Amino acid sequence: MNVPEDLLYTKDHEWARIEGDNAVIGITDFAQDSLGDITFIDLPKQGAELKQSEWCATVESVKAASDVYAPLSGQVVKVNSELAEHPELVNKSAYDKGWFAVIKISDMSQKGKLMSPAQYKEYTEGLSK
Amino acid sequence: MNYIPHTDSEKEQMLDAIGVKSVGELFEHILPELRPKSFDLPAGRSEFEVIEYLKSLGRKNSSHLTDFIGGGFYDHYIPSAVDALAGRSEFYTAYTPYQPECSQGWLQAIYEYQTVICELTGLDVSNASLYDGGTALYEAAMMAVRLTGRKKIIVDSGVNLIYRTMLYTYTSNLCVEFVETPVVHGQSCREDIYKHLDDKTAAVIVQNPNFFGAVDDFSDIVRQSHKSGALVIASVYPVSLGMLKTPAEMGVDIATGEGQSMGIPLSFGGPYLGFIAVKKEHMRQLPGRIAGATVDKDGKRGFVLTLQAREQHIRRERATSNICSNEALCALRALIYSSLLGKEGFRQLASMNYQKAEFAKKVLSKIKGVEVKRSSPTFNEFTVCLPINADEAVCRMIDKGFACGFPLGRFYKGLDNYLLVAVTEKRSREEIMRFANSLESVLCA
Amino acid sequence: MRLIFEKSSPGRRGVSLPELDVPFSAVLDEKYCRKEPACLPEVSELDAVRHFSNLSRMNFSVDTNFYPLGSCTMKYNPKFTEAAAAMDEFSSLHPLLPQLLGGGMLAQGALEVLYNTEHLLCEITGMDAFSTQPLAGAHGELTGVMLVSAYHKDKGRKRKYVIVPDSSHGTNPASASIAGYDVVVVPTGKDGFMDMERYKQVLSEDVAAVMLTCPDTLGFFNPGIKEITDLAHKAGALMYYDGANLNAVLGKCRPADMGFDIMHINLHKTFATPHGGGGPGSGPVGVRGELADFLPISRVVRRDDGTFALDYSRRKTIGYIAPFYGNFGVILKAYAYMLALGKDGLIQVSENAVLSANYCLARLKEHYLPAYAKERCMHECVLSASAQLGKGVHALDIAKYLIDKGFHPPTIYFPLIVKEAMMVEPTETESKEMLDTFIEAMIEASKLAGADPDALHSAPVSMPVKRLDETAAARQPDLRWQAKSK
Repeated sequence: MNVPEDLLYTKDHEWARIEGDNAVIGITDFAQDSLGDITFIDLPKQGAELKQSEWCATVESVKAASDVYAPLSGQVVKVNSELAEHPELVNKSAYDKGWFAVIKISDMSQKGKLMSPAQYKEYTEGLSK
Repeated sequence: MNYIPHTDSEKEQMLDAIGVKSVGELFEHILPELRPKSFDLPAGRSEFEVIEYLKSLGRKNSSHLTDFIGGGFYDHYIPSAVDALAGRSEFYTAYTPYQPECSQGWLQAIYEYQTVICELTGLDVSNASLYDGGTALYEAAMMAVRLTGRKKIIVDSGVNLIYRTMLYTYTSNLCVEFVETPVVHGQSCREDIYKHLDDKTAAVIVQNPNFFGAVDDFSDIVRQSHKSGALVIASVYPVSLGMLKTPAEMGVDIATGEGQSMGIPLSFGGPYLGFIAVKKEHMRQLPGRIAGATVDKDGKRGFVLTLQAREQHIRRERATSNICSNEALCALRALIYSSLLGKEGFRQLASMNYQKAEFAKKVLSKIKGVEVKRSSPTFNEFTVCLPINADEAVCRMIDKGFACGFPLGRFYKGLDNYLLVAVTEKRSREEIMRFANSLESVLCA
Repeated sequence: MRLIFEKSSPGRRGVSLPELDVPFSAVLDEKYCRKEPACLPEVSELDAVRHFSNLSRMNFSVDTNFYPLGSCTMKYNPKFTEAAAAMDEFSSLHPLLPQLLGGGMLAQGALEVLYNTEHLLCEITGMDAFSTQPLAGAHGELTGVMLVSAYHKDKGRKRKYVIVPDSSHGTNPASASIAGYDVVVVPTGKDGFMDMERYKQVLSEDVAAVMLTCPDTLGFFNPGIKEITDLAHKAGALMYYDGANLNAVLGKCRPADMGFDIMHINLHKTFATPHGGGGPGSGPVGVRGELADFLPISRVVRRDDGTFALDYSRRKTIGYIAPFYGNFGVILKAYAYMLALGKDGLIQVSENAVLSANYCLARLKEHYLPAYAKERCMHECVLSASAQLGKGVHALDIAKYLIDKGFHPPTIYFPLIVKEAMMVEPTETESKEMLDTFIEAMIEASKLAGADPDALHSAPVSMPVKRLDETAAARQPDLRWQAKSK
């Protein structure tokens, strides 16, 4: 399972890449793999205020719909509009082309609640057992 | 008769395989204190006896009356092929096509039905059916609430009172605010609708033709509503769409309606057919089943239930609706009916309904004391004002063999002398003339 | 097969209308008219007859195939009930007739059917009153939850939650949620029943109702059901009975005696009305005691002179939930079925349904893991293909293999809490020979999972289409036919 070193993670399998005041967010390789072929993603609207650990998106596959929670609080400044036509990008490239949104982080201290790559790796290995 | 095939020796073999001595053992975990306190039911009867008994009940119904009653539910002719084809048990004893490969007949039929609904309404996407026109309108209203994130709904009082009442029942715990706007000269009152339209309005609900039979063009209401960010929902009568401006041509966002008029018998109120069609951008908020085309492993076209992640069996408490069973068999009837009539037949059917109603208007308006309301055009149903209480007139007409219409005073205050009269293609010139003569005689009585 | 639209030939007609016998006298203003006629098929009657006859042959149905679709009770639908519903005296009856002044007298037969059906359902379930209005099972649930809400409101209570077990039908939480409640899910314990510790923890004065199926969706009857209903009542909550599995307990126990306050019945399951490719169903809702005050209007009542009437004057009613009196045609078929079976027939239904399901379980448990390792079940058994999973075979593959063998597959992947679930509900109307051939096919599939998994992966091969790409269908929805010119 791919767990890039430059990201932070949640136990619900979201990732965040901190870039200055902003964070790019998405779901992990582990998440996309367990969801199977993704058919549709209900993304947050631009300008929406997200709160850490609360709903930010819903990912649909043929037989499931899973909520995605915001890894950090903040305002959505950009959403990945490519995903509307090509939800499969999340399956193919969860950390790159399959990003969900960019948020302007409202509380940098929340970073402390996220897992490091090593922690997340250990966490997912525990789940697969 | 119980339709159970097991013989005693087969039961023995089955019990042996299970490893119990009696069927009773299989129910042992239902403790004695939970056993029925009573189960006092009549003894079984042969099918002949049951049928004879039901025939005797049937004779207590006045199904022989000549129908000039509509109110949203109409006595249209049903071609024999509809019964013959929808009556094939390969259709009616199947269930929801969860396994597409052995349900291609049903799935293709649903896809074709969805196409018929889209063609009639002009809209992009239809689902596989809902229970009836009233629940369809409720589902549409809730769609609008979800889509807009707003909770105020403006309802034109030309919308069938039955449907309005259903809307209020379903939303009584949901903090949805309804505002009713009046009908003026038979049509929706623009001024009142616009007065209530604001940035809290989720939707404006209208009906065409409205309950009084009046035909309208809601294009202006749509333009104004969209300016406020509100959606427009129109409840429509499918037979009228053989002729009338479509919801899509008016710019309506969601069209719903009762499909009973398309090959489904009146059957004392059901089963009927709720339909719903929407613009493509709203399709993911649709309730219920939807069939879609795809390909199989070899690239051959086939059909499946799709966009299922909206539905209760997957999304549970976050589903767009709780609907599971729908009215598929009634949707099939509507599809067969529309196919038999076809492009030209459907247009002709609508035209006939219109012409017969116009003829009836002329004939009735010649009766002394009867005033046919003409403030707005109508389709196949119209309002007449009688010189006596309409309830009373209806009673007297039943003795003459006519269900002569619906007394509007039952639904609208102050309209005690008003009668709503429907004339379908089934009503012959001779019946219309007899109807008028009888009405004249009962009014004189 | 081509679509009916693709068989269209301009100018063809499938039915002719009578000549217009009144003068063509009026023209509707253009601004009210559609610009183009709807692009409906143009086919002859024979074209339509062939098309739909051939489509019908592309379906599995109870009349052509064994259909052990768990939770759906796909029993045989007796033909005479169709004849009853087709009687012109019922099928052509306008629903507004009894709403005319004195109009109840025009529909006495139909009202009597409704009244008698409600009373039979009361005796079968122990409830005090029934309304036949709900148009399907889920519609009955929604009505039931609205009754819950009306009841608490009447008592001046504000309650926020509805409890459902994680094994429940998806309609339960969906119905509770759209009626305005927050849903609390209680997990299933190791014994296959609702986790009582967790249940006691979440039960509070804020809980409006607990919704249960009994026997549950795992096919088990919870011997502790009375404790569950007693605890709910102690907390002032109502008990809702999802009647989807009533076929298992006809004459063996009654929801009201178990302590349930509100329930619905799926007439199309227990009372043998055909499922129609997805409906129409019918979901009458029954209640105990004072809850009857809240039932939807109209109510069918019997007057002192023995005639029947509609009563709208119920002060506490929740209002209208259906346009009229329910799916009358379906109710009539269920009524005919109940009359034909009678008391003993209905008891035999549950006994034989449970016998058949246990027979399937007994013969299949060595080949597929039974849910929660139980030896007995009620009217359906839930098996898991998790042992086959190691060989790369899923419940889906077994289901598709069964199609090639001429069986409609069991319900798969439900309940959600059982991995690779296959839910088998044989019903009482299938013969032992049929059960045996089905069981043999299931055993064969299990053997193939070890010997030749690819044979299962490529199934079905005998149907009009092979496995369909559901992902593509959901990613690029194609939901209607489009004329080429458009």
